[in-house]
Amino acid sequence: MKKNSKLSSLYMGIIFFLMYMPVAVVIIFSFNESKLPVRFTGFSLKWYQELLGDSAMIEALGNSLILGVASCLVSAVIGTLGAVGLSRIHWKTKSALEYVSILPLMIPEIILGMVLMAFFYLLNIPFGMLTLLLGHTVFCVPYILMEVKARLAGMDPSLEEAARDLGAGSFRAFWDITLPLIMPAVVSGSLLAFAMSMDDVVISIFVNGPRISTLPVKVYTQLKTGVTPEINALCTLMLVFTLGVLAVYSLAVWLLKRKNRLFSIKEK
Amino acid sequence: MSRTKTKKHSSSVWMILPLYFFTLVFVAGPLIYMVALSFAQPGSGSAVEWNLTLENYRKILDPVYLQTFRESFQLALTSTVIICILGYPFGYFMAKMSESWKKKAMLLLMLPFWINSLIRLYGWIIILQNRGILNHVLKALGIIDKPLKLLYSYPAIVVGMVYVLLPFMILSVYSSAEKLDWSLVEAARDLGAGKAKAFWTVSFKLTLPGLLSGVILTFIPSMGLFFIADILGGNKIVLVGSLIQEQMTRGSNWPFAAALAVVLMILTSLMIGLYRKITNVKELEGIG
Repeated sequence: MKKNSKLSSLYMGIIFFLMYMPVAVVIIFSFNESKLPVRFTGFSLKWYQELLGDSAMIEALGNSLILGVASCLVSAVIGTLGAVGLSRIHWKTKSALEYVSILPLMIPEIILGMVLMAFFYLLNIPFGMLTLLLGHTVFCVPYILMEVKARLAGMDPSLEEAARDLGAGSFRAFWDITLPLIMPAVVSGSLLAFAMSMDDVVISIFVNGPRISTLPVKVYTQLKTGVTPEINALCTLMLVFTLGVLAVYSLAVWLLKRKNRLFSIKEK
Repeated sequence: MSRTKTKKHSSSVWMILPLYFFTLVFVAGPLIYMVALSFAQPGSGSAVEWNLTLENYRKILDPVYLQTFRESFQLALTSTVIICILGYPFGYFMAKMSESWKKKAMLLLMLPFWINSLIRLYGWIIILQNRGILNHVLKALGIIDKPLKLLYSYPAIVVGMVYVLLPFMILSVYSSAEKLDWSLVEAARDLGAGKAKAFWTVSFKLTLPGLLSGVILTFIPSMGLFFIADILGGNKIVLVGSLIQEQMTRGSNWPFAAALAVVLMILTSLMIGLYRKITNVKELEGIG
């Protein structure tokens, strides 16, 4: 009964094909000599050269990288401490806080973008890197919070209690015992947050202001005006970059898991 | 024991403070401001005048804007139905795969999440444009003489929506089909049910929560994904999302944009509430 027919495998194959075909098309035509993405006329790297000469693009890329790293670091601190704190305190407002803090993942992006724009304007924060950082941190914190929370749920609380009984302060117990144990979740949550920040168009469009642009925003405005093979080259590079981050992520998770396993074996 | 607990409690407060502060100021703050803004009056430029009014909500009932909501709803519904039809069998078949194939399929499904959705939509532009690949292939096959106008049309937007949101549906159907006890299906077959009947009475009923949560996960974003309609639809269709964006930028009517956002959020929460209710009822039935 629990078996697939050939037909269903064929169906899945077709869906996967359709899923990856547009990406493949973008990559293939980035190496096309002709400007028109209709026929492949010959292999060429000239669009990559043109891209590297485009200073506005390079600047946008720099902005995106700085923003990604900064918002991921800030949210890692807030999210990790917050998740550990939530597991320790028993305030009445705790569940409300938890609910509101993951709200950014549940409401449509467009709403989040517009309310942040209006709110920053109200607070008189000049639009630019700072508003982008705040905006990205809003949707990055929940990813880290949820990852760390899930990891804490599977952890033995007696380890930290033991440290406290032996005289360690709350910071010491956190730094020496809890943090190393939740590190895999912190790393995977942060990388997820980084990827989300590098990918974001909607929030950024609302909070970037007139002078600063991130890479996805730049791509978006270019796509609206027209299609050039330069965008193909850019998309291909972005793709390589995200896959690189993904590879680092998998490697980090694997290494940390292995380390933890060795650690627990040694304890036995 | 209680003393150590209070000590532990009070000394951990510093950890929670950044989250508390950040969430109150930058998540709760903007959302509360949005609600307040929706009752204000637009001033000149981006300015807002604080005379409380219901005018912004009344304006949504104008035929023009009501039409926008209707069109968004229609598009979201069309996309969601297609996503259900395409995604349900996929998720269901995937749950029936062997463990090693499951892992491979999962990786292939998750990978697009990591690829910028703009890149993936850009691929569709190349495929669908007038002198694009699809028209080329159709012409070569002798199906058409003149290139069809595929890009910047309603179907193009639907293709984009289905394309971006399908993985969400597949994953949620898969996760509920994965938990399915296949011996129940076998039992139904042994008791004389045909293949179709066994599927309908057992498998489908038990995977319904997955299908429903997939509907929520696809329907809600598709009301707001304005950039798909923008890139693939060429401003042919104004969605609630595009309307909000327009009112925030060119229109400079922030209170109206806020009112639109409040209504969109209420619709969203109603759908989630409805989903919770439906699935709860199902659970109770299962227990009874």
